[in-house]
Amino acid sequence: MAKTVALTGNAACAQAMRQINPDVVAAYPITPQTTIVEEFATFVANGKVNTEFINVESEHSAMSACVGASAAGARVMTTTSSQGLALMWEILYIASSLRLPIVMHNVNRTLSGPINIHCDHSDSMGARDAGWIQLFCENAQEAYDTTIQAIRIAENKNVHLPVMILYDGFIISHAITRLELLEDEDVKKFVGDYKPEKYLLDIENPVAVGSFDGLHGFYFEHKKVQNEVIERSKDVIVKVGNEYGKLSGRSYGLFEEYKLDDAEVGIVVLGSTAGTAKLVVDQMRDNNKKVGLLKLRSFRPFPAKELFDSLKKLKALAVLDRSSSTGSFGGPLFGEIRSAFYDGKNSPKIIGYIYGLGGRDVSLNDIEKVCNDLSDIVKTGKIKKEIDYLGVRE
Amino acid sequence: MGKMVEIRWHGRGGQGAVTAAKLLAEAALGQNKYFQAFPEYGPERMGAPIQAFTRISPEPIEIHSNVTNPEIAIVLDPTLVGSIDVTEGLPNDGIVLVNSSEPPQEIKKKLNNQKVKVYSVNATQIALETIGKPIPNTTMLGALIKVTNLMKIDDAVEHVRSSFGKKFNQSVIDGNVKAVERAYDEVSG
Amino acid sequence: MKWDIKNIKNWKYNQHLEGALIPEAGNAEYYKTGGWRTERPVIDKEKCTNCLFCWIFCPDTSVIVEDAKIKEFDYDHCKGCGVCAVECPKSAISMIDENEFKKQENT
Repeated sequence: MAKTVALTGNAACAQAMRQINPDVVAAYPITPQTTIVEEFATFVANGKVNTEFINVESEHSAMSACVGASAAGARVMTTTSSQGLALMWEILYIASSLRLPIVMHNVNRTLSGPINIHCDHSDSMGARDAGWIQLFCENAQEAYDTTIQAIRIAENKNVHLPVMILYDGFIISHAITRLELLEDEDVKKFVGDYKPEKYLLDIENPVAVGSFDGLHGFYFEHKKVQNEVIERSKDVIVKVGNEYGKLSGRSYGLFEEYKLDDAEVGIVVLGSTAGTAKLVVDQMRDNNKKVGLLKLRSFRPFPAKELFDSLKKLKALAVLDRSSSTGSFGGPLFGEIRSAFYDGKNSPKIIGYIYGLGGRDVSLNDIEKVCNDLSDIVKTGKIKKEIDYLGVRE
Repeated sequence: MGKMVEIRWHGRGGQGAVTAAKLLAEAALGQNKYFQAFPEYGPERMGAPIQAFTRISPEPIEIHSNVTNPEIAIVLDPTLVGSIDVTEGLPNDGIVLVNSSEPPQEIKKKLNNQKVKVYSVNATQIALETIGKPIPNTTMLGALIKVTNLMKIDDAVEHVRSSFGKKFNQSVIDGNVKAVERAYDEVSG
Repeated sequence: MKWDIKNIKNWKYNQHLEGALIPEAGNAEYYKTGGWRTERPVIDKEKCTNCLFCWIFCPDTSVIVEDAKIKEFDYDHCKGCGVCAVECPKSAISMIDENEFKKQENT
């Protein structure tokens, strides 16, 4: 039986970690992730988990310790935010190329500067090429659920990749909301025991980890494998999401479609803004405007074909980016979605918005403006601005 | 109440505005309602004016925007009235509930929007007499329930008992319960 | 050879081990570094006292010892660094130019 509780997003994720009971956690506190580390350290101190908690002096060390522990054969988790993720940067690539199933929360916070502790997605977007699976969550319930699923996705023998769970700093991490926790025993059964196939501490079958490939040059080959594996992980994400649905009543896939079936115009968005946007979609529907929403969960792997199939019937589409890829043509989500539609016939007109940087509030009016802009594009057939800003003081 | 209620809490860092907002949200859980409780995010400084927010709804809450037009503003520190605009964004039929020894008519004179309904209760005094500390947060919960009918006072008392029961001894629990009940009875508007 | 990497240069991308793991200890032996050498160590067994300093110092374990005595150098792996010649207390090891050595071999 599930238990209905009142928890912050961070507390919910700390509970998920307690239920998973990983072998090793190496983490360093940073706003707004701090309370996960605090709560989990309390579980360790009180003997609620058997985890070896490694106190480290930086996030670079945290991820390095995670890589070492995971290579040694342990089930490993960590958590970070913003500058912390940035400091982990070089080791992120090591974790994914060594194919280590480390599971990490990154509580989305902007990258300074100016120094800012509030939400946007610039931190995890900076790590989008690091070879990690990246799953965005709308609310605390999804963050909790995704944490449990992430273990199974990461450790699946057809995947063996690290997974980053992403949710909005403060908006989700610090807000107390109502959510359901699974029973400890159900989580234990769902994640199962971790049985690594090849690991450092297997003294019967010794392996060397972290080899230099300079003599023979097969780096390129390993990158192709990583691309194929992360592409293959789409099936595993869906399979685990469905299996989790049977256990909890909440199924998950690569993305969530909201009133898209007969929609003329649509919005694609990541994270908590999807919730706010659903309200606007409902309001628009009340006024007979055919608006739909696609909430992307899996940014890595990027489900280009599936997104194309889901959105191809729209006449106009707005892609909302909560990060600015400075110097690029629009935000990262915009660029990839637009690229996915390049070969399509009668593709929708696609516009991009940069919004919510540095924690700038996203109001219902902001999303309404997007819907109205889309309606104008359908009416006139013309795009006034391909890339625009939402809520910036102009 | 059929629709979502939005509440803004005004206090000073250290007065327990965030705790009060959370306590109310958790009490709503006992009512099988949905809720969000979140502070105004920033560096929390002892003594500085701070805000916290609570949303309560019979249905799941999907909005993740800031609360800009709350129906109710609760002021934990009387000295904030007049120094910040506690009526900002409130509708004309909104409610301002102030921890103060002053009567509502006197408080209203200092507000920007004087059309709102004003209630006051001397929560600091009640807290001193019941809990023994000048911490007005749980006390204000009793007054809030009286002026809004968000839930039954008995349910709120029960929640205070169960949530304090985990951390505090019986005299602290009894003091807090008494504070909630007295504020419920003594709030005036 | 447990892990046959003779043809590794021609392996397809999906023939490599996951995460570039190396499943066998000591496989550096398969990589012949003798070709890096421009000078080779040659030992004068008359002078050698089998103190084994050269064996201790050799960074490529290319001094082969049998029954506590220097047997020979492993020219497949010796890079010709000359540490053995410098450290030998009896100056029993001399470094000979590879070209000279080949000329001597031919004559």
